[in-house]
Amino acid sequence: MSWVTKTLSSTIGRKLIMALTGLFLILFLTGHVAGNLQLLKSDGGEAFNIYAKFMTTNPAVKLLSYLTYISIIGHVIFSIWLSKTNRAARPVGYGVSTPPSTTISSRNMGILGTIILIFIVVHMQSFWYQMHWGDIPFVTYDGVEYKDLYSIVVFAFQNVWMVIGYVVAMAFLAFHLSHGFASAFQTLGLNHAKYSPAIALIGKIYCIVVPILFASMPVYIYFTQS
Amino acid sequence: MKLTLKIWRQKNASDKGAFVTYPIDGISTDMSFLEMMDVLNEELAIKGEDPVHFDHDCREGICGMCSLYINGHPHGPQQTTTCQLHMRSFSDGETITIEPWRAAAFPVVKDLVVDRGSFDRIIQAGGYVNVNTGGVPDANEIPIPKRVADEAFDSATCIGCGACVAACKNASAMLFTSAKISQLAMLPQGQVERMSRAEKMVAQMDDEGFGACTNTGACEAECPKGISLTNIARMNREYFSASVKSENV
Amino acid sequence: MILDSKSPIGPLAEKWTKHKFNSKLVNPANKRKYEVIVVGTGLAGASAAASLAELGYKVKAFCFQDSPRRAHSIAAQGGINAAKNYQNDGDSVYRLFYDTIKGGDYRSRESNVYRLAEVSVNIIDQCVAQGVPFAREYGGLLANRSFGGAQVSRTFYARGQTGQQLLLGAYSALSRQVANGKVKLYPRTEMMDVVTIDGHARGIVTRNLITGKIETHAAHAVLLCTGGYGNVFFLSTNAMGSNVTAAWRAHKKGAYFANPCYTQIHPTCIPVSGDHQSKLTLMSESLRNDGRVWVPKTVELAQKLRKGEIKPRDIKDEDRDYYLERKYPSFGNLVPRDVASRNAKDVCDEGRGVNETGQAVFLDFRDAINRDSEDAIRARYGNLFDMYQQITGENPYQTPMKIYPAVHYTMGGLWVDYNLSTTVPGLYSLGEANFSDHGANRLGASALMQGLADGYFVVPYTIGDYLAQIGPAPVDTNHPEFAKAEKGVKDAIQKLLSINGTKTVDHFHKALGHIMWEYCGMARNAEGLTKAKGMIQELRKEFWRDVKVLGANEELNQTLEKASRVADFLELGELMVDDALNRSESCGGHFRLESQTPDGEALRDDENFAYAAAWEFMAENSPETLHKEPLVFENVKLTQRSYK
Repeated sequence: MSWVTKTLSSTIGRKLIMALTGLFLILFLTGHVAGNLQLLKSDGGEAFNIYAKFMTTNPAVKLLSYLTYISIIGHVIFSIWLSKTNRAARPVGYGVSTPPSTTISSRNMGILGTIILIFIVVHMQSFWYQMHWGDIPFVTYDGVEYKDLYSIVVFAFQNVWMVIGYVVAMAFLAFHLSHGFASAFQTLGLNHAKYSPAIALIGKIYCIVVPILFASMPVYIYFTQS
Repeated sequence: MKLTLKIWRQKNASDKGAFVTYPIDGISTDMSFLEMMDVLNEELAIKGEDPVHFDHDCREGICGMCSLYINGHPHGPQQTTTCQLHMRSFSDGETITIEPWRAAAFPVVKDLVVDRGSFDRIIQAGGYVNVNTGGVPDANEIPIPKRVADEAFDSATCIGCGACVAACKNASAMLFTSAKISQLAMLPQGQVERMSRAEKMVAQMDDEGFGACTNTGACEAECPKGISLTNIARMNREYFSASVKSENV
Repeated sequence: MILDSKSPIGPLAEKWTKHKFNSKLVNPANKRKYEVIVVGTGLAGASAAASLAELGYKVKAFCFQDSPRRAHSIAAQGGINAAKNYQNDGDSVYRLFYDTIKGGDYRSRESNVYRLAEVSVNIIDQCVAQGVPFAREYGGLLANRSFGGAQVSRTFYARGQTGQQLLLGAYSALSRQVANGKVKLYPRTEMMDVVTIDGHARGIVTRNLITGKIETHAAHAVLLCTGGYGNVFFLSTNAMGSNVTAAWRAHKKGAYFANPCYTQIHPTCIPVSGDHQSKLTLMSESLRNDGRVWVPKTVELAQKLRKGEIKPRDIKDEDRDYYLERKYPSFGNLVPRDVASRNAKDVCDEGRGVNETGQAVFLDFRDAINRDSEDAIRARYGNLFDMYQQITGENPYQTPMKIYPAVHYTMGGLWVDYNLSTTVPGLYSLGEANFSDHGANRLGASALMQGLADGYFVVPYTIGDYLAQIGPAPVDTNHPEFAKAEKGVKDAIQKLLSINGTKTVDHFHKALGHIMWEYCGMARNAEGLTKAKGMIQELRKEFWRDVKVLGANEELNQTLEKASRVADFLELGELMVDDALNRSESCGGHFRLESQTPDGEALRDDENFAYAAAWEFMAENSPETLHKEPLVFENVKLTQRSYK
């Protein structure tokens, strides 16, 4: 084994991958939520559609998107690997296990992550797949043709179950982030008496604000466009 | 006090084991938890039943030998060792469930006794400074800032009981391993072998079959000596920087 | 046999240097051909095993705990003395030597004690090099404190966990040698017998505590670093597993047992709360620096306290008897351990004890808190106060602590010469297990010093002299003596398992403890000791007739382990009584009521008792033979201790 694979296959190395991919996905989420805020503009979807085109055609964004795919896949694969190791580390469980003074999220990152993964698959099928390969109507702004993803979005969120599904998924995301954000820094070894409280605070704010913003979009569309 | 004890009984390593329930009466609130177990064992012995085996030695909270998982917590409801837990922490009529530490790297030997040899092997992998007896510099030739010495001390107070492993949902030994790596990484004496120590001890920890860290903080919450999670962060740092910088290809 | 201490002749300060030079050396290439067995992995055992392995010897280390790190040295709180004179307060090797000899009430060997003081400075260097986090000043240099009434600050400490940190240092050195393949570790293994061939120790018999397997191990030399025998009292500050078995079995194989009656009773322990009590917890004696010891002046007030009718704080100052300050104005609450303990017993015997059992005195921090603030006291003793509250449920910031003396340390042990060799060639004894350095009373912070001195800096030199003489011919366990010893061990175990009586092992242990505490404890007299002797003999007979040991040998069987240890305590107890009877003087921790000064202090009889009493085992259930090693004092003048 080379030193790289040796390091990355150790328990700490695998956690490093989890932390780095996790932090990258947090960055991705930040960009994603910022862009999608354009759904809230009451311009009939113009800004959003222009943004969607930019996101699917710009080479730099493309590169970032590949990194995002890799991060998601890496995050999932390494979490499965770690879970296997962790389960093997305690083959016989306890008879009584009162919850320790730890958060529910921190103890259930795997379950939360799995639900989020299912959501991502559904979400990508609904919009990302449609945008790339689906049968989407076109609109024209200032003489340029754009795929009208906005109409797909609005149509999707006419369905109340879809809206509820999204809101619930964002709740799970919030819980996942509530532990994952600060945890990633701890794994990277960034624990410092001065800065860790700030990281924890930012994490708390982030895990509430970002999922609420995401969840607000389908809710807003459902109530304003139906 | 009158209590019901649900205790894990297992004849030996290959036995399957099961919970057995014992009623017990006449327990004083001044008793330590282990003294309550002594009372039970005296009763069992007189009845001709095999006493419940459990590890204990100093009974003053420092040797790290006692190791019971009580009502879902290593060392019971207080943040202390089992030997320092007193019956006044329980209420009359309560049912108390007592189990051994559970981890692949801590196989059960008998009843509540487990084998923690894996901890020794982690230390043997590098938890020391390579100095021979004699021929060392005068003690005051190695000045150490008080703050550093105090912080290293905080890490060095680990008693190696294994409560961190028992508490962790992943049966991870990172708190234990990181406490020793931290102590020596902070002190000037530990600098020479700083990188190889981190690499070797982490490798041994993994080989023993402990799980990974999910940063839940259960270990810190249950550690009778209050060893902090900052040690794990430091170990990670030490490990990454050793991996990148050391010339061990 | 004449007891030859092998103390080198010549000036005190040159003895050790000269002795090292005169000792034979083992050729470096030959060292790996020698096998050494170390029993016990406390400070003495772990340091010896590590140091010998570093020199190149093949070492096997045994401990009954699940890890060498759990040996009871770990529980030492206060600190470790060393004549570094870092504080520039007039300390020196000679002063540490002198204090130790005087503190031991002139019942230790000058040459050994001087060497101890001499190597004490190396110990600190060694421990710091290993990464032991001693307390430091803001400038980064080591901090010291005065301890146990010493007039100089020579005690190095690591919060209240000095023993733990030193042991972890020695354990790390040992672990390093295990990793190097130079030490083979046998945890959860108990030594059951020493094997002697032609009068030399050549190995041991052990029992694997998990499987019950009886095994034999051969070696060129055997080191017993197995600690003290305080658990003969059942209740003591020793760990539950601490036992005399290794030393006692060695004794029965020819090693003389010296001064068994010298036991140290520590004055600041948490009092017994009831019959269920399994052990006593010591609180560092440093508490006496700020705490004031008192009991009510009258029995009536004490009775009201015991019934809970009044609270300690209700008792006015004029109704309190600060008896140590009253009787010893210059030392006050800081009198030596034996004096503080005996006075506590006296006031409780008068009926002025302050807890439900009447066996406790107050240690009050009220005045210190008023003087220095609660925070200052918390900074000094916070962990001890927490521990006290954890155990007793009382808050010592608000109500005085209750304390009572408890058995803490045993100065007696296997007799050893200057080389730490017992009377059996090839069999060494280190640390608390031997009798060598503390005389009749040990000073605070000196136990850690002795354990590490013996292991790091004495035995690695002295053992070479012996090994070089016997030569490196391989040893094995084929000699019939091994089979014989193994059979003896198996038979003894079978005997214990076959009695199937009606009383538990703890029953006998508690009964023995009561006898020892009552008649061979803080104060002894001929009448009581004679009575105790008869009682112990009776109890021993009853034990072998009526003890109930369940289970089998071939499993983890904690009852069997205990039974085997208690059987040895039952024999040792009688020897302690014999020794206490023989020594009709008072000295240090041994207080004979018949021998006291007019004001009730211990009165030595240097003319008749300036010797170490070394007992030779003759046969089962028959009296032992006393050998005397005269103690010659060439450098210090014997004086009567006075702390007035």
